[in-house]
Amino acid sequence: MEYIYIAISATFVNNILLGQYLGNCPFLGVSKKIETAIGMAAAIVFVSILASIFTWSVFTFVLKPFNLEFLQTLTFILIIASLVQLVEIILKKKSRALYNALGVYLALITTNCAVMGVALLIAKNEMGFLEMLVFSSCSAIGYGLALILFAGIRERLLLSAVPQVMQGTSIALVTAGIMALAFMGFQGMA
Amino acid sequence: MIAPVLLLVGIAFVAAVILGIAARVFYVKEDPRIETVTDLLPGANCGGCGQAGCSSAAEAMVKGNIPVNSCVVGGTETAEEIGTFLGYDVSGAEPELACASCDGGSRAERKYNYSGLQDCRAALQLFHGFIRCENGCLGLGSCKNACKFGAIQMNEATGLPSFNPDRCVGCGACVAACPKGIINLVGEKTKILHWNQYTHCLSPCRQQCPAQINIPKYLAHARNGEYAAALATVKDNNPLASATGRVCPELCATQCRRQTQDDPLAINAVKRFLSDWERESGERLQVAVAPETGHKIAIVGGGPSGLTAAYYLARLGHHVEIFEMMPKLGGMPLYGIPDYRLSEEQYSWDINGVLELGVTAHTGMKLGEDFSLQSLKDQGFDATYLAVGCWTGRMLPFEGKELKGICSGIDYLRRFHTDEGLIEGKRFVIIGAGNVAMDCARSALRAGAESVVLIFRFSRELMEANPHEIKDSEEEGVEMRCLVSPMRFVGENGQLTGVEVQDVTLKENPGGMPDCINVEGSVRILECDVVIQAVGQGADIQQIVDTDGLEKTRFSTVDASEETLETNIPGVFAGGDCFTGPRLLVEAVAGGRFAARSIHYYVTTGEIPAIENRQLEMMPPAVVESLINVAPIASKAMKPMLPVDQRMGSFIEVEGTISEAECISEAGRCLNCGIYCYDQEETPGKESKSTDK
Repeated sequence: MEYIYIAISATFVNNILLGQYLGNCPFLGVSKKIETAIGMAAAIVFVSILASIFTWSVFTFVLKPFNLEFLQTLTFILIIASLVQLVEIILKKKSRALYNALGVYLALITTNCAVMGVALLIAKNEMGFLEMLVFSSCSAIGYGLALILFAGIRERLLLSAVPQVMQGTSIALVTAGIMALAFMGFQGMA
Repeated sequence: MIAPVLLLVGIAFVAAVILGIAARVFYVKEDPRIETVTDLLPGANCGGCGQAGCSSAAEAMVKGNIPVNSCVVGGTETAEEIGTFLGYDVSGAEPELACASCDGGSRAERKYNYSGLQDCRAALQLFHGFIRCENGCLGLGSCKNACKFGAIQMNEATGLPSFNPDRCVGCGACVAACPKGIINLVGEKTKILHWNQYTHCLSPCRQQCPAQINIPKYLAHARNGEYAAALATVKDNNPLASATGRVCPELCATQCRRQTQDDPLAINAVKRFLSDWERESGERLQVAVAPETGHKIAIVGGGPSGLTAAYYLARLGHHVEIFEMMPKLGGMPLYGIPDYRLSEEQYSWDINGVLELGVTAHTGMKLGEDFSLQSLKDQGFDATYLAVGCWTGRMLPFEGKELKGICSGIDYLRRFHTDEGLIEGKRFVIIGAGNVAMDCARSALRAGAESVVLIFRFSRELMEANPHEIKDSEEEGVEMRCLVSPMRFVGENGQLTGVEVQDVTLKENPGGMPDCINVEGSVRILECDVVIQAVGQGADIQQIVDTDGLEKTRFSTVDASEETLETNIPGVFAGGDCFTGPRLLVEAVAGGRFAARSIHYYVTTGEIPAIENRQLEMMPPAVVESLINVAPIASKAMKPMLPVDQRMGSFIEVEGTISEAECISEAGRCLNCGIYCYDQEETPGKESKSTDK
C-alpha cells in the first residue's frame, strides 16, 4: 500500500515537473514535437532509475556512515555525469539501436535537474531501496507524462490563432502554468 | 577536512578508472575520420542538417550519406575544410539559394476576405486560399517563420517574401514550409536545366519566347540600371544575346499585355542594348562554371544551336568540342544573314563568349566526309549533338533550271562571307517572300544591282518575312510583285536571260494555303540575268544516314524524340534546324539548351527525366482582354535607322541600338505580369508612377 502511495504521489501529486518545477529546460526545449518528447521521456526514465540506484548506494553506504551528507550535491553531480558517460559508451557498443534512438538526449540529461532532484529527494527522505526504486521510476514516468502531454498541447498551439504578443515561449509558459494548476487537482488524492 | 577531499578524489578516481576501462572494453571501432570531421564541425548540435547532432552528421558525411556542405551553420568554409580532409572537391559545390517564383501575390484577384490564422497552410485549407491564382503567394509569411537564419523578410510594399542571399544557407526549411510550392532552391545548374511547366507562374511573354527567357526579370534589372544582372538573366537561357538582339522577330512582344491598349514593349531593343553595353565595355560578364565532370561531348555544327548547346554543356562542367564544316563558326546567322542586319564583328562577340568557356572548335570538318559519328565515339566522346542545320537551298524544278545565273538564296548570301566570289548581275529576280528573300534582295541592291524584282505567288498578306523587313526592302528600292508565279527560266547559250511568269488569282482553300489559278493571257517574260530562289531550305543528312544509319523523317530532317532529342543511335542527339526544319534563330538557341539538358542527364545519370507538364502552348489564363487601371504610355524606344540614301553600296548596320535612357524608360513600361496578375494602378518605372496618379 505504501508503495502505491509513493507511486501516485511521485507521478501525479508531487509531479517532479509541474509540482516541483524541476527539469524545466527540456520541458520547454524539446516539447515542440510529440516524437522528440517521447525520446526525451524514455531517456529520462532510463537514466533517472540508474542514477538513483547509484546515488542511493553511495549516499547510504558511504556518505551517511562517514557523516559526509553535506557533500551529497557534489558527489551526485560527479556520479550522474560519469554514469551518463558510461551508459553512453556501453550503449554504443551493446545496443546501437538504442544509442541512435536516444541520440543527443542522453548527453543533455547529464545536466538535467530532474534527475539530480530525484536523487536529492531520495537522500533527503532517507528512503529504503525499494521505496527509492518506486519513487525514482514513478517520478521519471511523471516527468515523461507531463512532457508528452505538453508536447501534444504545443502541437495544437501551432495551429491555433495565438495573439502576436503571446506567441512562442510565452504561450508555452502560460500553458505550463495551467497544466500545473490542473495537476494541483491531484492534491486531494493523497 | 581530509575525509571530504579523499571522498571526492576517490569517487572521481573510481569514475575515471571505470570510464577508462569501459572505453577500452566497449571500444567501438570507428572510422578515425569521423572524429576529425566532428572536430571540424561547429559543434552547435543544431540538427539543421537533418542529423541528430554534429557527430552523427560527421558520420554521415564520412559514409557519404550527406554532402559535405550539409552543415548550415558552418557554411562554405567548413564545407571546404571537411571536403579537403575527406578528399572531395567542393570548390565547385554549387551554392543553392532560396528564391520564390511568385511576383504577384496580393496583386491577384481575391476570392474572399480572409481573417483566420495568419499561416499559409491554414489559409490554403479554406477553398484553396483566398486569391484566385493557383500559383500565387498568399503572403502570410510561413516561410519567414520557418527560416532559422533570418534570411526571409516580408516586403511591406508587395506582401511578398524577399530573400537575403547573404543569410540564406540553402537549408530548404522555407521550401518545405510553403504549401504552394513557390519557393525553390536555385543554383546555376537549376537555371540551365529549367524548362517551363504549366504549373509555373509564367508571364505571357515568357510563355511565348521559344528560349523561355525570364523577360520580366531582366526588364526589372534593366529599369534599375543593373545591366549586368539583366544580361546574366538573358544568358541563363540565351548565350547569343547580340545576335538575337538584332534579328529576333520578338515573338514575346506579340503577347505583351500592354498592346491591348498601347504599344507592346520593345523587349528585344532592351536586350540589344544590354548586349551592346557588354560588348562596348569590352569586358565579358563572368558566368558560373561547374567543376569538370570529365565527360567529353562532341557538337557537330557550329551554328546557333550547336553554340548554345556548347555554352551550356561547358557551364555544366563538360568538355565540349565543336566540329564545323565551314571555315568559320557561326552557322546560318553568319553566312545567311547579311552584315547590315547582323555583322560578323557583333556576332563574333557571342561566339567568343562560348569559346572562352574552354570550348574547342575544329573548323572545316564535315560530318560524313572528314569524320563519322562512329569515329567520334571511338575518340572517346560520350555523347554527340547533331546541329548541322539546313544548308541546302530548295530549287524549283522548272525548265531551264541548269542555266547559269540561277542560284538559291543561301548560296547567294553565303558568298558574301566566303572566298567563292559573289554572283554578280545587273537585273535580279528574287523568288520567295521570306526573310531570306528580303535579305537577298537588299544585299543585291547593296552589291550594285540596277533593279531587283521580288516575285511571290501569293498575296502580300501571306508574305512570311517580318513586316518591317518588307517595309525596309521597299524603301530601299526592291520592287514587290505579288500574285506572280514563275513558269520556266529562259536563256541563251547557257546564260539566263529571263523568267517566264504568269499572273495568278487566289481561291480560298479551307485549312491550307489558297490555290493559285492562272490568269489566261498574262504570260510574259521578266528579263534578268540573275534569279535567286529563296523558296525553302532542307537538311543535307543523306551522308550521315548512309554511313552511320541515322534515321530521317519523310521531310529529310533528323528523326529524334521530341521529349529528349535522342536519335535512333544511342548517345546521339539532334536539334536545331536539321531537326525542326528551317526556323528562327531563337528556336535554334532553345533547341541547343534543350539538347544540353538531355545530354547532361544522359552522360551523368544515363536517364533523361521527362519534363512533367511541359509548357508548349500559351496558357489560357494568360489572355487578358483589357487592362484595369493602367495608364497607357507610348513606347519611346525607337531604334535609330540609317537613312536610305546612306544604305546603298555598303553593308553598314541599318538599325541602331536604343539609348540608355530609352532602355530604362522602355523597361519601366513593363507591367511585371504573372500568369494572372499585372501591375495595376502603378507600373514599376518611376516615370510612369508620376503619370499614373
